[in-house]
Amino acid sequence: MSQIDPDKIEVILATDCGSTTTKAILIEKVDGEYRQTYRGEAPTTVEEPAADVTVGVVNAVTEVGELAGRRLIDDNGNILRPSNGKDGCDIYISTSSAGGGLQMMVAGVVREMTAASAKRAALGAGAIVMDVIASNDKRLPHEQIQRIRELRPDMILISGGTDGGTTTHVVQIAELVAPAKPQPRFGGAFRMPVIYAGNADAASLVEDVFDDSVELSVVPNLRPVLERENLGPARDAIHDLFLEHVMAHAPGYEKLIEWTDAPIMPTPGAVGNILQTIARRQGINAVGVDIGGATTDVFSVFTAPESEEPAFNRTVSANLGMSYSISNVCAEATLPSILRWVHFDMDERELRNRVKNKMIRPTTIPQTLEALVFEQAVAREALRLAYDQHKAFATTLKGVQQQRTVGDTFSQESSGQTIVDNMRLDLLVASGGVLSHAPRMEQTAAMLIDAFQPEGITTLAKDSIFMMPHLGVLAQVHDQAAMEVFERDCLVYLGTCVAAKGTGKLGKPCFQYKVDGGGLNEAGELNVGEMKRLPLDAGQSAHISIEPAIGFDFGAGPGKPVEQNVRGGTVGLILDARGRPLILPVSASDCRAAVTSWIEALELYPQT
Amino acid sequence: MAHAYAPGLTVTPRIRHRCRRVLPIAGKVLVAKGDQVAARDVVAETFMPGDVMPVNLANALSLPPADVPECLLKAEGDRIEVGDAIAQTKGMFGWFKSEYKSKVAGTIESISNVTGQMIVRGEPLPVQVQAYLTGEVAEVVPNEGVVIESDVTFIQGIFGIGDETFGPIRMACASQDDSLTAERITADMKDAIVIGGARMTGDAVRKAIEVGAAAVVAGGMDDQDLREILGYDLGVAITGSERLGVTLIITEGFGEIAMAKRTFDLFASRAGDEAAVNGATQIRAGVMRPEILVPCTKAASSGEQSGKHTPGLLDVGAPVRIIRDPYFGMIGSVAGLPSELTVLGSGSKARVLDVTVESGDVVTVPRANVEIIEE
Repeated sequence: MSQIDPDKIEVILATDCGSTTTKAILIEKVDGEYRQTYRGEAPTTVEEPAADVTVGVVNAVTEVGELAGRRLIDDNGNILRPSNGKDGCDIYISTSSAGGGLQMMVAGVVREMTAASAKRAALGAGAIVMDVIASNDKRLPHEQIQRIRELRPDMILISGGTDGGTTTHVVQIAELVAPAKPQPRFGGAFRMPVIYAGNADAASLVEDVFDDSVELSVVPNLRPVLERENLGPARDAIHDLFLEHVMAHAPGYEKLIEWTDAPIMPTPGAVGNILQTIARRQGINAVGVDIGGATTDVFSVFTAPESEEPAFNRTVSANLGMSYSISNVCAEATLPSILRWVHFDMDERELRNRVKNKMIRPTTIPQTLEALVFEQAVAREALRLAYDQHKAFATTLKGVQQQRTVGDTFSQESSGQTIVDNMRLDLLVASGGVLSHAPRMEQTAAMLIDAFQPEGITTLAKDSIFMMPHLGVLAQVHDQAAMEVFERDCLVYLGTCVAAKGTGKLGKPCFQYKVDGGGLNEAGELNVGEMKRLPLDAGQSAHISIEPAIGFDFGAGPGKPVEQNVRGGTVGLILDARGRPLILPVSASDCRAAVTSWIEALELYPQT
Repeated sequence: MAHAYAPGLTVTPRIRHRCRRVLPIAGKVLVAKGDQVAARDVVAETFMPGDVMPVNLANALSLPPADVPECLLKAEGDRIEVGDAIAQTKGMFGWFKSEYKSKVAGTIESISNVTGQMIVRGEPLPVQVQAYLTGEVAEVVPNEGVVIESDVTFIQGIFGIGDETFGPIRMACASQDDSLTAERITADMKDAIVIGGARMTGDAVRKAIEVGAAAVVAGGMDDQDLREILGYDLGVAITGSERLGVTLIITEGFGEIAMAKRTFDLFASRAGDEAAVNGATQIRAGVMRPEILVPCTKAASSGEQSGKHTPGLLDVGAPVRIIRDPYFGMIGSVAGLPSELTVLGSGSKARVLDVTVESGDVVTVPRANVEIIEE
């Protein structure tokens, strides 16, 4: 990897090697600003017959080069650097989730404390956590050992104990892992990487437990005291070992590692990176979601009211997705919950067979409107379940002693509360096929609002071409370029959702509104259960004043008025008076009537 | 081991098929290059380290862990049987001694003086790999396994349940349009690969398990029946480890759907022949589909197709199957490949193709919603 002078960078090439597709983008300095200019893609070539990831990278880069009229690959098949006129690029960076991404097993002493912190570290680094082993996970020791033997993770993270505390429990956990002799997923020739990030006093004892069959790395404790997490060193170790061991053993990665000017990151780790950068720079709370065929990732950055430091969390809902896992969404959410969002009759037996047929032939797309409506209903439930899982995971630290005063006598608050607060959410970013490729942006916005149920005033956006992974790595080497491209080319703003928190009787007044600016001069009142869309173009903003009815809250407290500037987008302004939590009518006919009215208000399916 | 998925499913009367059979960990290969092997022959074997049983001696004897070493009657590496005394406390003035007797047999792997935990390793577990494919050993992968090669009739299904099995092909239906019902399963189908036409009913599967059939293959099945047979709703299509007593394969998809005539006729042409079947399905990157392999005898080889399989191209005239509603299951040939994007009924824009279906009608479908029928 070469040293880079950020001021001299004019042309940036970035790739993301996914399980099926390798995506390449070109970023160029145009009139003094960094812009994403061209993109190309090609099938990923990790598997036979090519079995070399760089073949797919070269194909994708060649496509970009042809579109841009720029020679990016030299005669030897290498990436041409530095740029010179219409040749080459200045830096090349990449992310990867090919071969199923990074799969980890984590272990800790107490499931809700050190094991939860270890899981957070692994997820934050972009891994899929296959299982969490803990002293209190309700499995007997021999069952835990059997489980470790069955898993074939890429690496293992062990934590437990606070620094200076008891050493016995964490050594006991190591003693479960060591005899299981876990086998790495790729190839029997390399040693399983094990990271120890527990009680520093127990490090030498843990080293004694393991023999030469594993590659043990000791890093600072990820929970040095109960009140604080220190996930950075463990995450860095995961990234390093990911490159040194996992990636280096995947076909062609040795060459790819040599090509890149910054370390290759796991794709979700890079997405988390860019989201944190934006939240930090703009001082906002943000949630990002990426719904794929097999899994759904949710990322959040929230600053707790009493804290200065934004907390980043990522969850992977491993079996919530729109094709490979669609059947699992139906099993978990149940078909009646999905059909709540469908405004016409569907035969349940037929539908179940269709779901299974989508599962076994995951690349098919809905041809009819009926099939599209059903798929978007499934997406709402998949996103809702994934967000519920995220909220349950993104909590304040459990096990922390709290100082209580007399004033807290009747307070029910305890440690381990979710830090995800929809009222304080400023930006919700969507990506993934069903959201990005919906025929109408109104459909994307509606899926987001129904699933995430934002409260108060929330900006909605989508990642135009799933560029966030590329920008996540770029942020590490060129913060400014990453931010400029993110603002100008990455996000497509859908608009703003203005939603009332609280519940009331259907048809009773919910709030009055007045909107000025951006070509709008509207005022009116919405009753409970109603929705309204006001067009407000991308790049425009308007001023909104809201007078909520008693019991409804927009962020200032129940019944208190709110005024704010709101951002426009391809959908515009969505006023939502359905209340929060969003409860759909129980009776099937009432539910259908309500859903039909929302579909009409937002013009989701104008062809019906 | 099932075959990696190429676009479309392969259904071919004869193909040179290679099958990689390797152990999960290093072991011993029992055959040599050039050997002829039968499907049930063991070609490689190894021993996995035995199961592990942890016993906390400190807790069992109510001792601090540091005191455990001086109470031990056995050492690391010793072989122990059930009932053997492992450790004994010193007691008080030689009285009130307590003893720990092993509840498991095996070898003491380690005893920790930090936690007082003893790890007992059970007997090594034998792991064997069968040939699966009757044929010739084309390659030996040292310490891992072999590659076996043979000419076979090769039929890939779309989805399966259950793992590898073997048996003779038995046709249970007269036509590909006949549903496979319980009445068509008879006692003499024990250990056979039973071939149905259209949907296999839940009762037919239960009857097949009852008579001891090795596998059931049909065009489709109902999701409701699958749920009842499995006892749970299948969330993701990663199968092969089920233990139903029978392997199930569907060739077309879920629902009331007939087996493709070509597939059905091919099965009929191999009725009575021994087949190897694997229901394992994995629909993820690196897709695996279930498969039926019927080795071809040398006598049957004359004049038939041979050589390496090459995936077909989506071109005018290519035989295709429509794999999504509203035309799900229809078979036809490509009539046209318009290059411009077309607006679908859903409102999406997609690249489409025109297909002349069996009724003679021409329908337009997204290109993503067809698969080529591999020859």
